[in-house]
Formats: sequence, structure tokens, C-alpha cells
Amino acid sequence: MVKKIGVKTHELFLGLTIILIGGYLSYASADFLTLGNLYDLINNYAMLTILACGLFIVLISGGIDISFPAMTIISQYVMVTLIQGTSGNFALAFALSGGLGLLLGLVNATLVNRLKVPSIIITISTLNIFYGLLLYLTKGVWLYSYPAWFEEGVMLFKFTAADGYDYGLSLPIITLLVVVSLTGFIMNKTSIGRMIYAMGGNREAASRMGFGIFKMQLFVYGYMGLMSGVAGVVQSATVLTVAPDSLLGYELTVLAAVVLGGTSIVGGRGTLLGTLLGVVLLAVIQNGLNLTGVSSYWHTVVTGVVIVTSISMTAWSQRKGEGAVA
Amino acid sequence: MEPFISLGKISKTFYGVKALDNINLTLLPGEVHCLAGQNGCGKSTLIKIISGVYKPDPGFEIAIEGKPYAHLSPIDSVKAGIQVIYQDLSLFPNLTVAENIGIHQHHHNLLVNKREIRRIAGLTMKSIDARLDLDANVDSLPIAQRQIVAICRALAQEARLIIMDEPTASLTMQEVKGLLRVIGDLKKRNICVVFVSHRLDEVLEISDRISVLKNGSLIGTYPASDINNKKLAFLMTGKEFSYAVLPPIEKIGEVALKVSSLTKHQQYKDISFQLHQGEILAITGLLGAGRTELCLSLFGLTKPDSGEILLEGKAVHFASNRDAVKAGIGYVSEDRMSTGLVMDQSINDNIISTVLSRLKTPFRLLDRAKSDRIVSDLIEQLSIKIGSVDLPVNTLSGGNAQRVAIAKWLAINPKVLILDSPTVGVDIANKAGIYQIISALSRKGIAVLMITDEIDEAFFNSHRILVMRKGEIVAELLPEKTSEAALAEVVNG
Repeated sequence: MVKKIGVKTHELFLGLTIILIGGYLSYASADFLTLGNLYDLINNYAMLTILACGLFIVLISGGIDISFPAMTIISQYVMVTLIQGTSGNFALAFALSGGLGLLLGLVNATLVNRLKVPSIIITISTLNIFYGLLLYLTKGVWLYSYPAWFEEGVMLFKFTAADGYDYGLSLPIITLLVVVSLTGFIMNKTSIGRMIYAMGGNREAASRMGFGIFKMQLFVYGYMGLMSGVAGVVQSATVLTVAPDSLLGYELTVLAAVVLGGTSIVGGRGTLLGTLLGVVLLAVIQNGLNLTGVSSYWHTVVTGVVIVTSISMTAWSQRKGEGAVA
Repeated sequence: MEPFISLGKISKTFYGVKALDNINLTLLPGEVHCLAGQNGCGKSTLIKIISGVYKPDPGFEIAIEGKPYAHLSPIDSVKAGIQVIYQDLSLFPNLTVAENIGIHQHHHNLLVNKREIRRIAGLTMKSIDARLDLDANVDSLPIAQRQIVAICRALAQEARLIIMDEPTASLTMQEVKGLLRVIGDLKKRNICVVFVSHRLDEVLEISDRISVLKNGSLIGTYPASDINNKKLAFLMTGKEFSYAVLPPIEKIGEVALKVSSLTKHQQYKDISFQLHQGEILAITGLLGAGRTELCLSLFGLTKPDSGEILLEGKAVHFASNRDAVKAGIGYVSEDRMSTGLVMDQSINDNIISTVLSRLKTPFRLLDRAKSDRIVSDLIEQLSIKIGSVDLPVNTLSGGNAQRVAIAKWLAINPKVLILDSPTVGVDIANKAGIYQIISALSRKGIAVLMITDEIDEAFFNSHRILVMRKGEIVAELLPEKTSEAALAEVVNG
């Protein structure tokens, strides 16, 4: 009971913090609470959210995967190379990028399962291997050219707002909505999702129950790979460039968002809602620092402080709760 | 009656070593069957054969409800209705009670049917008259209730035979009674319960039949009515145990610890007693009597609201247990696995963990020679049987691990040694060994405070007994002037 309330407390706390900071920002900066800013914010943080969804599932299962920036880059690099000159559409882009990401994820799962080495070590290694191979094979060359259909992008329900700009459901937003719904559905409504929670809570018990641990690992790391591929398409569509080293160090940003959302790094605990709130909080803070003109050197410091504060507040309120019960 | 399962000519050899030798055993529907035996007698191997984890050596016969099995896989075993509840319960702490009970549903379905899972969990719980919050997370429940969840989970999978490995090891006496009641219910439903336990009295209380294993062989299967505590101990170990109270201390030593009117709100009230050098003072009482809470304060882990603690005549105020250790108080916790020892660390490191600050060379490095001396002295003094001091503690049996836990505190040369439930999870032969150690320590002048909820433990192994109830001391008894039954009556109030 306590833990359950704890999780909810955490989400409530995140929500309040977001409202508080948002409130301050809309007072401090005229640009914050504008349609344009919020719209850009969602578009720009779609990739982070998609990756966070994948990492959320891996963490719940009791593992960790930090090789996803490499998978994201490789998948989109290959995808962009292959679609040159085609008259395809985004389904093709997603299939190529997602498929390759999935494949790389399955490699992670197989290594984690067969080598019986902690997943953090495996994925640090594969992060380096994937990156290294990509840099070697591409010689670090950036890609700029895209087919016309890709550059055009997607925009559903397009309208022009009073500020003169066009808004609508862009590719990042559509992808974001699909991924979030899919992740929520898997983790809450399907048996495999609940089994992933169970495995993260007590792996030994899961294996005694006869759960196929390897199958579940294939699913979890495969899903992370798939999300990396999908995020790759979104990144490409947003910046229309593939820079092999553009996501260096990005794994910690995503990990920060998921952990900020209350997901335990030892597995079993956390909610998708928390993860999303973690991403939102991170986004709002970074956006706020930009808008209020704080030197970019401070951004990482502030992010770090917010994570420590938030996590310790939750731990503290949980301990207090337990004390009251005992 | 047709047996639920009959096992014939079961042998199991591991790398040339016979773990089981020609076991013949039948388990009947609706019986409570106890598997008794010391550590390493082959109980766990036999359980793993019944649950299909191990395959016995060729030539075996296994039949479940008359149907012979040439090979019994774990899945066959579950399908036939065999469920094992391991000592660690194997629950999912992060999931709710309902989801834990209905977890097997996830095997059969693609999508989660929360309502169906709740319905199954509710029905199962009702069938054994248990009332737990279906939506509570399992990690918020006390051990006794988690056990109920584990039993319900077994029942929800249509168990016909439930094997419980050491189900009472971490329960208080009161909780054991609750568990025994549930087992009685299962029996009425014609479910066979196999019970593995070290606590002989509860084995005798609950079982219909008892099978005794020793060194991989079945000594025999006996109706519980033909057997008593003494005989069972003899069958298990081949040794006679003396049941005599400790002789009174020849000459009473100085007062080592004096406690006067110690009070902590809602935990204990107005506690006063004296503990002499060389004396073993037992404190016993039911769950919630405040025994452990009192110890925690004596060891500086919690602060009393009022009252005084005097160590060798001087008032002490412990800000933390560090101060208590410095002053010469050792505390062997009741939970060896989580707070008593660091199970993954070596025997050597566990033993010196309390005295690291005294083992410094002039360059403030660890003085290996001195540490090796301390460790080897203690291992000899407590006759701990180990291969090497560098092995992790989790490779030891309960009895030897407990000796390491005691050794760790002897290293500080304690004036007062507090032992909280010193024989939890220790089998009978090793129990006797631990009692010998305790009594030897007291003869060396250490003042021993032994907390226990086993009445015989208090009665046969102390010089003086204090009984606590609802946080207060309600009686002080001398074993030689009372009887075990009289003590039990005082404890149960």
C-alpha cells in the first residue's frame, strides 16, 4: 500500500512541480505560454519521449539499455541511405529504420541472456561497437540529401493560427501519440507487459513460474531497438540531417528523464505516466532556462539539481509513510 | 486410500555422490506430511524430484494418482497439481496481492483480464478464510500475510499437493498458529501438504505422518502420534539430547547491565532489570511484546523516551549503535540474512567487520596478520566448520552462518552480548551447538541477553527468564524453580 501511494505521490509531486515552474515561466517570459512555443516543445521532445518509452520498459524488466543512441543513428543512417531516390513514403522509412533497430535490439537481448553479464556492461559494449562500426563504415560523413516526400513531411489537420504560423499533427507528434499509446497498452493491458513487471520485481520467481525469460528479454530489448529506429525517423524528419555523432551522450539525458519519472533502476517499479511527466519536467526546465536567458552552462547543473531533489523528495515521503505504518 | 503420489526406488547421484538412496514414499490426499531431517539430508533434492526439477537416477517409479510417469517434467508436475512454496516465497513484491495470486493467468491469455484475476484471487482467499486487501502491493505486507498470498497462488493453480519449505522460519509464534490453521483448512479440502521444518514441536503438532531422512536415506515414515520431540531428534541425528535446565551460576558476577524504568512510547514501558557478568538472561514473550524493540534501544538503534541504562555502573546514552559497540555491547540480530551478515562477503570480512578500526597498521592500512589471528581464534573457539575463510557466508549452513554472526560480535570482546532469536533457521543438531557456545561464553564472564519466542529455548538455556507482555515485564522466573508448562502459561497469559 505504502509503495503504491508512494508512486502516486511521486507523480503528483512531478505534476505540481511542472505547474509551479510553468506558472513561474509564463509570468517571467511572455514566450513560454504561447501556442508556438508549446508546439515546438512537443515536436522537439518527441524523440526523447519515444526513446524514454523504450527505456522505461527495459528498466521495468530489471535491465538497462544505453546503446540506444547508437541504434537510433545507425537505423536512420541506413534508412536515409536506402531511401535515396525512391518514391516511397514514411511507412517504408519506419519499416527500414524500425526493422534495423529491432534487429540490433535482438542482438542486445541475445548477448544479455547468453553471456549472463549485467545488461549495463553488455549495452555499454554494444554502444561502442555500434558507434565504432558506423563511424568506420561511414567515415563520419554527414547525410543531408533526402527524397522530396521525406522533406515535405506529414501534417494532418493543418490550420493557420492567429500568429500566422501553420500548426497540425506533424510526423513527430503522430509518432509520439502512437508510441505512447502502444507502450501504455503493452505495459498495462497485455499479459507480457504484466510479466515484464513481474520479472523486474523478482526474476527468480518469474523463472520458477515458468515465464520464458529469454523470450521476454527479446521482447524488451527488441522493443527498445524498435523505438530507437522509430526515433531515428523522427529525428531525421525534424532536422533533415544525419550526423553520426549527434547523439553522443544522449543516453544519460533519456535515462535522467525516465528516472526522474520515478522508474526504479533496479526494476519492477514505475509508471508510464511518471515517465511522461519526467520528460515534460525536463523539457519545461530546459525550455525555461532558454527563454529566461540563463547561460547554457547552467542547464546541466539545474537539470542535475532537479533530479536529485525530486528523487530524494519521493524517497523521503515514502520513508515517512513507512514510518507511520510501522 | 489411494495415494496422491507414490515414489519408489528414488535415488539421485550428483557427480558420484549419492544425495538420495532408494527412497520409497507415498503421500496421501488430505494428509499433512512432514519431511524431517538435518541440513544436507536430501530433503531439498527430494522436493526437487517431486516438482520435476531433478530427474532421479534410472530405475525409479513415480506415479501420480495411479498414473505412472517415465519422466516428470516441471510442467507435468504443475499440471498434476504439485506446487512448491519455497522459503523465499517467490512472490512479486512490486505487484498487488490479486495479481500475485492470479499470475498464472498471464500464461494463458494475451490480454490482461483484471476483473477475472481479481475474481480468482478473491475466491481463493475466501476459500481459506483469509482477508487481505487485493490491491495492496505485496511488499507492504508482513511476512505472515505474504505467506498467505503464496498459499493462495498455489491454490489458484489448482494445487493438490503443496510443499512448504521451512514455512515458519521467519514467523512469530502467533503467526505460526495462523499458518497451522490454514494448513488445517487445506487438509479438509483433501489437499496434501508436505511440510519441511526445523521446529520439532510444530512438526509434531501439525503432521499426520513424519518421514525422517538422514544422509540421503529414508529412516522411516511414522504416524505423528507414535513420536515425540525427543525421539524425533534422535531419529534425525542419531544422537540423544539432554533436556536439562542449566545449573545455576556458581558465583554471581558483578552487574554488567542495569536498566531502570526504561520507557519508549508504544514500544515498551517501565523496564527494569539487572544482568550480571556470566549470566544468561532470557527475555521471552509473544509477538508485539516489545522484546526486539527493547533490544534495539539497548543497542543504541532507537532512543528510549525516559529511564536509564547503566553499563558497569555508569550511565550511558547511546546516540547510535556505534556508541553501543564502543561501549562493549554486541547484538546478533534475528535476521541473519539481511541485517546480521553480509551474505555475499567472505567469512573473514564478516567477522572483522566490527573491529576494522582496531586493525590498523601505523600507515592506517589493514593489519592482515592481526586480523587473521582474530579470525582463526574465533573460528576455533566457535568450532565453525568451513572450507576457507575466503568463501562467502552464503555457502554456509544456517548453523554455521549463525556462528559467524556470533563470532563477528565476539571480536569486539563484548561485555554484554544480545542474541535475538539465536537459533532461527538452525537445525536441531546445530541448535545444541549454538546453546553450548552461548553457555561457554557466559562461563567466560560475558553477560548474555537472549531474546527468544521459543519457550523451550528460554527454559533450557538460560539462568533467568523475564517474560514480556504488551511492552512490560510481567514475570521473572528461574528455570530450576519452574516448569516448561508453567512458563508457557505465563507467556501466553
